[in-house]
Amino acid sequence: MTSTTPMRLSHTRIRAIVRKELRDYRRNRFVTSSMGVMPLLFVVLPIIDIFKLGSGASGPKLDNVIGLALLYLLLIPALVPAVVAAYSVVGEREQGTLEPVLTTPVRREEFLLGKALAAFLPTLAIAYLMFGIFLAVVGLFAHQEVVTDVFKTSRILPQVLFTPLLAGWSIWAGIAISSRVSDVRVAQQLGTLVSLPPLAVTSLMGFGVIRPTVGLGLVLGAALLVIDIGAWRVVSMLFDRERMISGIKA
Amino acid sequence: MSEIGTSTPVPSSAPAVEVDGLTKRFGARTAFEDVSFAVQYGEVFGFLGPNGAGKTTTVRTLGTLLEPTSGRATVAGLELRPDNGVEIRRRIAVMPEAPGLYLRLSVAENLEFFAGLYELDDRRARIERALRAVNLTDRADELCRTLSKGLRQRVGLARALLSDPRVLFLDEPTSGLDPVAAREVHDLIETLRSRGVTIFLTTHRLAEAERLCDRVAIMNTTLRLIGSPAELRDRLFSKSVELRVREPLPDPERVLGALPGVESWSAGPDAAGTYLLAVADPDQAASAVARAVVDAGADLLALTPSRHSLEDVYLQLIDTDVEASSR
Repeated sequence: MTSTTPMRLSHTRIRAIVRKELRDYRRNRFVTSSMGVMPLLFVVLPIIDIFKLGSGASGPKLDNVIGLALLYLLLIPALVPAVVAAYSVVGEREQGTLEPVLTTPVRREEFLLGKALAAFLPTLAIAYLMFGIFLAVVGLFAHQEVVTDVFKTSRILPQVLFTPLLAGWSIWAGIAISSRVSDVRVAQQLGTLVSLPPLAVTSLMGFGVIRPTVGLGLVLGAALLVIDIGAWRVVSMLFDRERMISGIKA
Repeated sequence: MSEIGTSTPVPSSAPAVEVDGLTKRFGARTAFEDVSFAVQYGEVFGFLGPNGAGKTTTVRTLGTLLEPTSGRATVAGLELRPDNGVEIRRRIAVMPEAPGLYLRLSVAENLEFFAGLYELDDRRARIERALRAVNLTDRADELCRTLSKGLRQRVGLARALLSDPRVLFLDEPTSGLDPVAAREVHDLIETLRSRGVTIFLTTHRLAEAERLCDRVAIMNTTLRLIGSPAELRDRLFSKSVELRVREPLPDPERVLGALPGVESWSAGPDAAGTYLLAVADPDQAASAVARAVVDAGADLLALTPSRHSLEDVYLQLIDTDVEASSR
């Protein structure tokens, strides 16, 4: 049963969900390893590739390696939250905690927003931290031509801009899948799969197929933002308490 | 600090739960149909029925998790409508059959989470109060995964008590518990009843319902019977007295047939010298029967009013349903 009265979201309830989720994640080995090991891989591999470049690497090769490195780093906000978000609803169903939660005054929008924020905040922190580590290592130890290329605005801006937006997409896609399937592993596999398409555009920019300009970055960023907000609304509408509890659509 | 169940003012006249012709269908399958009853504030109301009778679906519907297909209901003073969902859930608490705890969180962390969902003030005090009510104060910091099933059930109850609900729905609260743990839950329900908490108790355990409930309803997709356990016994079974004498009476009709208060008699099924007497009032009839048997020169061994339990009522009713459905 859902409310049709004008919606007033409760910050208290959303905060309660975020805090609970973060506590739960910290004690869940699968989540901590996904959030810890996967990002490390995605930062170590590009650093190795960059250091393999000789001092006289040609322009196209330099472009390719740096583009690939930055793509690796964008896999962090795309893949890390997908795993967690895919667990969010179906995981609650599997452990029998969904019903007690849904019998409280929490609205579905609050429930889903709390879940999304709990996946978003650590993802953002980890992704920016990894990017910071990458920049620091490159800035300190790479050849000058690599440093100059990596530190261009057109390289850094998409990274900074798209990290939260890609995470947002992955999270909503993961939660949508998590709300519709009945098995955690299926949810995680599908969640990972659907988190990848937005990477196509950013990787085209990273590889220079689409000329990355500040304007284009902002337009794509705005588009992703609209998609993310829309996804929250769509996922909320699709979240059917009755189906969640009984397994049968109302 | 007030105790659990005493801080929420409740209206005195309107029922806590009022259901009128409520029906829930899942496609072609009917979970329950045309169910009507009312539960008063402060009452412990038992909801009985075999598996698949629609008990849990009724609780979920009244708890706003499922939308009724037809019919009307009022829960904690609010009409059961989609736009009242949040407010109804604020006024009630539901404890499902499985307590559904976050096993990686401690007892206190579980309760803190739910206190946040209810937007409760003075959370720490409320959590302490709820834990004290279920005797779990010393377990507050333990992870739920380390608790036994009985203790988890008590945490579930503490969680349900956090918000001082006007109506507390308990779905099989003693399911899977050992007798000691079940008794602890019974004691807690009795304590809550003594404090005026309205409890809607779904259970398979008939002795539990008989002990705890002011009234019970027996469901089997439709509502079959409703009343206090004593009323249900009276409705389904005639009152009787069982008489045992050492030797069979030579002419039982002469001794028993004309006694005041004895409506009819029959020979007992199990042993010679046993008679079953249908009576209007067992206490009055017993003394007349005793005198008549002694006057007739028989050795009186026992004279006991027949006691029918709620289980007898339940089985009688469900057997009737089974017979009817097999015809």
